[in-house]
Amino acid sequence: MNSAGEKVQLADPVPVQLLKADGTLVEHPVFSRYVQDLSEQQLLGLYRHMALERRFDAEATSLQRQGQLALWVPALGQEAAQVGTIAALEPTDRVFPTYREHAMALYRGISAEQLMATFRAARHTGWDPHEFNFNGYAIVLASQVLHAAGWAMGIKQDAAAGHLDRDRPEDEIVLTCLGDGASSQGDVHESMVFASSYQLPMLYFIQNNHWAISVPLETQSRAPLAHRAAGYGFEGIRVDGNDVLASYAVAKHMAEQIRGGSGPKLVEAVTYRMGAHTTADDPTKYRTADEVQAWQAKDPVARYRSWLEAEGLLDQAYAEQVDQEAAQLAADLRTAVHSMEPIGLERVFDTVYAEPHRQVETEKAWLKDYEAGFAEDEGQSVG
Amino acid sequence: MSTETSTTTPGASVPEVTTLPLAKAINRALRDELEADAKTLLIGEDIGALGGVFRVTDWLQADFGADRVIDSPLAESGIIGTCIGLAMRGYRPVAEIQFDGFVFPAFNQITTQLAKIHNRTDGAVRVPVTIRIPYGGHIGSIEHHSESPEALFAHTAGLRIITPSSPHDAYWMTRQAIRSDDPVIVLEPKRRYWLKGEVDLQRPAPDAFTAQVLRPGTDVTLAAYGPLVPVALAAAEVAAGQGRSIEVVDVRSISPLDDETIAQSAARTQRLVVAHEAPTFGGFGAEIAARVTERAYHRLAAPVLRVGGFHMPYPPSAQENRYLPDIDRMLEAVERSFAYASTGGR
Repeated sequence: MNSAGEKVQLADPVPVQLLKADGTLVEHPVFSRYVQDLSEQQLLGLYRHMALERRFDAEATSLQRQGQLALWVPALGQEAAQVGTIAALEPTDRVFPTYREHAMALYRGISAEQLMATFRAARHTGWDPHEFNFNGYAIVLASQVLHAAGWAMGIKQDAAAGHLDRDRPEDEIVLTCLGDGASSQGDVHESMVFASSYQLPMLYFIQNNHWAISVPLETQSRAPLAHRAAGYGFEGIRVDGNDVLASYAVAKHMAEQIRGGSGPKLVEAVTYRMGAHTTADDPTKYRTADEVQAWQAKDPVARYRSWLEAEGLLDQAYAEQVDQEAAQLAADLRTAVHSMEPIGLERVFDTVYAEPHRQVETEKAWLKDYEAGFAEDEGQSVG
Repeated sequence: MSTETSTTTPGASVPEVTTLPLAKAINRALRDELEADAKTLLIGEDIGALGGVFRVTDWLQADFGADRVIDSPLAESGIIGTCIGLAMRGYRPVAEIQFDGFVFPAFNQITTQLAKIHNRTDGAVRVPVTIRIPYGGHIGSIEHHSESPEALFAHTAGLRIITPSSPHDAYWMTRQAIRSDDPVIVLEPKRRYWLKGEVDLQRPAPDAFTAQVLRPGTDVTLAAYGPLVPVALAAAEVAAGQGRSIEVVDVRSISPLDDETIAQSAARTQRLVVAHEAPTFGGFGAEIAARVTERAYHRLAAPVLRVGGFHMPYPPSAQENRYLPDIDRMLEAVERSFAYASTGGR
């Protein structure tokens, strides 16, 4: 039972789909209308964002192989789930990502340089989370799911206090991302308890990409992850995460209800991690080529592009324009990575605390003196 | 942060100096901060209608509403994790962890998230969360209700940790913690919750992040914090009757550590004994000992000695009187310090 006393139904294990793997459209009584509301420009925009992310991802993988990045976390195969979902939100809705939401980050306007600071280990976070309403990447998985609940408590508190910040919209919601692996973390449970108890305006977005590094979904859950929501008294739904239209429509629908005061909702996007977990991983050790091939046939970008072409929405000129933009993004990425200045250790000292701290100041001063000693030695040897 | 926490204007019926038990002084501090800043919120288990298991939040929910004094689910990681989200959004949440031994489910959120977010975001995101934890033993309770985890947090950069020992300090240090833009853990000496003392609502206590000499002396310095400060003062009183002049320093702040004040005192008296309830092995007393030795090596007539708990889990409280440092254990260490003089020390 949820707060309205309604029985919460278990999610249909068959994911919502609007676009079949062969690129033909399926009618859905609830969700089709959200796609019908999209303009031609918006439909093309979904393609553009997916194509940009795919090119970005390939470039980043190459840069890591060339030794230019400490690590890369490919999002290959998850473009539709991410782009469809973020496109359904307002820019004022706060996003709490894991570390694989590159398509969402780029969609929000985070630059190649800002995004790559993390993966070049030049900075922990390369952007100001407040500027983009997009938190820094969470590396301790599921930690962010509780922060999202706290942010949502703040939204409720703003309402209770009569909206102290006039520049925020009153129907703001929170998107928190997680994966099938992180779903096993206790913090997800605690977050869902808080979200349900306080009826928080939150959308849980689980990208079920079937693999937590080398551990398969079955080790995390024997039931659809969307079913978990019912245990907390709110609605969960499964969507085909390789179908950008369904991902968009389901997220839009859920977001509308949350804005209307429904309390939390959960979307499980069923998708597949086509690449390695990270560039430090070797997926051939734990999964079969047949499995990967089967998902290759469900590729989200090819599927959507073939529909757009069949509908006459995507012509050669637009496709070339997107390709050029993607090539430019890749070039920007290379330039940014090669020219990136890492943060100085002085700045790291300066941000340990917001206010002065005796030990930090002492150690910073000591390091300065210590290193100045080397400079003097050098000067002497030259002189 | 300003080190001078501004004062509220008490109503005409409230005297400027009032005698309160330590728990009531904290209650008053929370009340005054809730009144002073609409963005201050309290959250914790049983802090609402019940007023907390120690009644530290008594009547606050009735007066400020369930939106600002929030009864949480029984989930410590959830309490701290949601405080982080609230703080990111501009709130000043004050979390109550019911007992020291229950902070560990939140240890990940405190050490990998709360402590690091300001640094991780290059200063773009502040997380001014205050975590109140009743700590320490001597209340005759069962397992997990008597621990002193300060060293575990002191090792984590990004956290501030303070521990008051008197009602006046408790009032002002709590207010300063809430107003700090950094995360602050306030370790509340739970066996002193009923300790009464004068609280001057107009005269701020010294900066929460400094140590203070509470009793001047000439022969040896005894540094303690939180629940052991009254024991140290009592030990000094006993020693005075025996002709030993002990200087008592209240450490007050674990991080940052005011090692200068402690070292200056030790340099004057030439001897230092550090006392805490936590086990001495790997304990915070070792940090004080090392720093004071570095600063005052040539002035010391004996090694810095430590008095504390043993390297064992906190024992069943039927045995806590033998486990916890008391006046005699402190004085034994003082005598050991003097013994160095007759065995080759200066």
